[in-house]
Amino acid sequence: MTRKPGVQSKSESGLSSARLVSSYLFSRPKTRLALLLAAPVTWLVLIYVVALVALLITAFWSVDSFTGEIHMTWSLDNLQQVFTQALYRTVTFRTVGIALLVTVIDLVVALPIAFFMAKIAKARSQRIMVILILMPLWASYLVKAYAWRSVLSHDGILQWLVQPFGLSTPGYGLAGIVITQAYIWLPYVILPIFTGLERVSNTLLEASSDLGAKSGKTIRLVVAPLLLPAIIAASIFSFSLTLGDYITVNIVGGPNQMLGNLVYSNVGAANNLPLAAAIALIPVALMFGYLTVVRKTGALENL
Amino acid sequence: MRISTSAKWVLGFISGLVLLFIYLPLFVVLINSFNANKNMVWPPPALTTEWWGKAFKSLGLWEAVATSVEVAIASTLLALVLGTLVAMALSRYKFFGRQVVSLLVILPIALPGIVTGIALNNAFRTILGLQLTMATVIIAHATFCVVTVYNNVMARLSRMNPNLQDASADLGAGLWTTFRLVTFPQLRSALFAGGLLAFGLSFDEIIVTTFTAGNGVVTLPIWIYDNMFRPGQAPVVNVVAVVLVLASMIPIYFAQRVSAVQDS
Repeated sequence: MTRKPGVQSKSESGLSSARLVSSYLFSRPKTRLALLLAAPVTWLVLIYVVALVALLITAFWSVDSFTGEIHMTWSLDNLQQVFTQALYRTVTFRTVGIALLVTVIDLVVALPIAFFMAKIAKARSQRIMVILILMPLWASYLVKAYAWRSVLSHDGILQWLVQPFGLSTPGYGLAGIVITQAYIWLPYVILPIFTGLERVSNTLLEASSDLGAKSGKTIRLVVAPLLLPAIIAASIFSFSLTLGDYITVNIVGGPNQMLGNLVYSNVGAANNLPLAAAIALIPVALMFGYLTVVRKTGALENL
Repeated sequence: MRISTSAKWVLGFISGLVLLFIYLPLFVVLINSFNANKNMVWPPPALTTEWWGKAFKSLGLWEAVATSVEVAIASTLLALVLGTLVAMALSRYKFFGRQVVSLLVILPIALPGIVTGIALNNAFRTILGLQLTMATVIIAHATFCVVTVYNNVMARLSRMNPNLQDASADLGAGLWTTFRLVTFPQLRSALFAGGLLAFGLSFDEIIVTTFTAGNGVVTLPIWIYDNMFRPGQAPVVNVVAVVLVLASMIPIYFAQRVSAVQDS
């Protein structure tokens, strides 16, 4: 084979430089690691971590009540206000209460259906049920909140259903918030628990019963410990997602406020970003506390 | 553990009730999209297709759909690149700070949306002095979408046979060739699943969007939220809701097909 020197050398040098880089990297795993991590870590740190730290710092600044400009002087006024004023304490307790209630309701509702799907339903009906649970998960968040606005309304279907029994719809308020939030996050709770239950091998359950354990004991001593990470992963969704919500509150909550509403009104109408930042630190602190506790259980790998 | 027949029936019954609870509100929205009464009185006094016609003629609605699709595609592409890179790094290397990086990926989705929203709003406007535009929405969405791609790719990589990559190197393939011909083909369905989730997450997001979108940027969720409380527009929102529920079957169909291919 005859070679055309000019053309060949060009392509060969191109090829060999790629080769060179490749073999250089091949023997240097640390450089390879650095190259892989460079873009994503830069992105997450530069955009997200910096933004979070900045938010923390902004909470210590203040706003001039006349000009609306932010003063970059350190003060604890915002934090003091958030920690001492009754409004913030009430709303914090209400928000945490709602988030806990929603999480408990979702777990109670999710456990039986997830168990049925994972351990009782036949392959075909299991597949259908997974699809039936997935569908509302993909359906828009707003659609679901809006659907409950229709259901709970005084002219709505709930009123029509319970009126013959002398009852009435709870309407828009705290009960509406809890029902709607529990409804919206339910698929997010069912699916991790279902996956967790599927991983609990049937042979373990049989072994437990062969060794004389009754169903209750098997559930308590075999299923529960194996399922705990999945339950915690599920609760992260419902708890965190409820904690920061203000949209559902506006749609079905009537005049009630959650922490998200206070943050929102301080960013918008009140134009007090430092105070909003101080309020936003409450859910951040709560979530960090929660994540630190559950990190040890290995639940984060289940997300 | 032997589950008694009666326990099976009880659990089956409860599961049926749960599914009813899940689908009843969606059914109400479907019927209300044909409800002739503007205030959506139940039961509907008469049926009409007026709202459907109005929805299809609404220019603002179609523009909002286009904006949402644009944002979702752009942020999904960014998330695919970033999520794959970080998953490859974390699955193949043990290094100091590995746990921190994995927490960093999860954080934007684990923290409440309002925190992410206000933090980014503050960073873009106060610190960087930027105008809020569609680009700021895309950056924000990509940030919390990374985790879906990361999770899917991570799970796939952990099941992948590392010998294949070594074999490829032994046969003289460079790193890029190995990725292109050995690793990537095995990752394809995981990337598809992760990308699908990222798209869905972005398409549906409203809280972070509210805080990072400029004045002229109206995504579909923002359009729905703006029109929900307007008496004349509320019935049209029902139509959009029905279409969105129906459209959610598309990603599920694809996801099922991907998992069917994996099983076989």
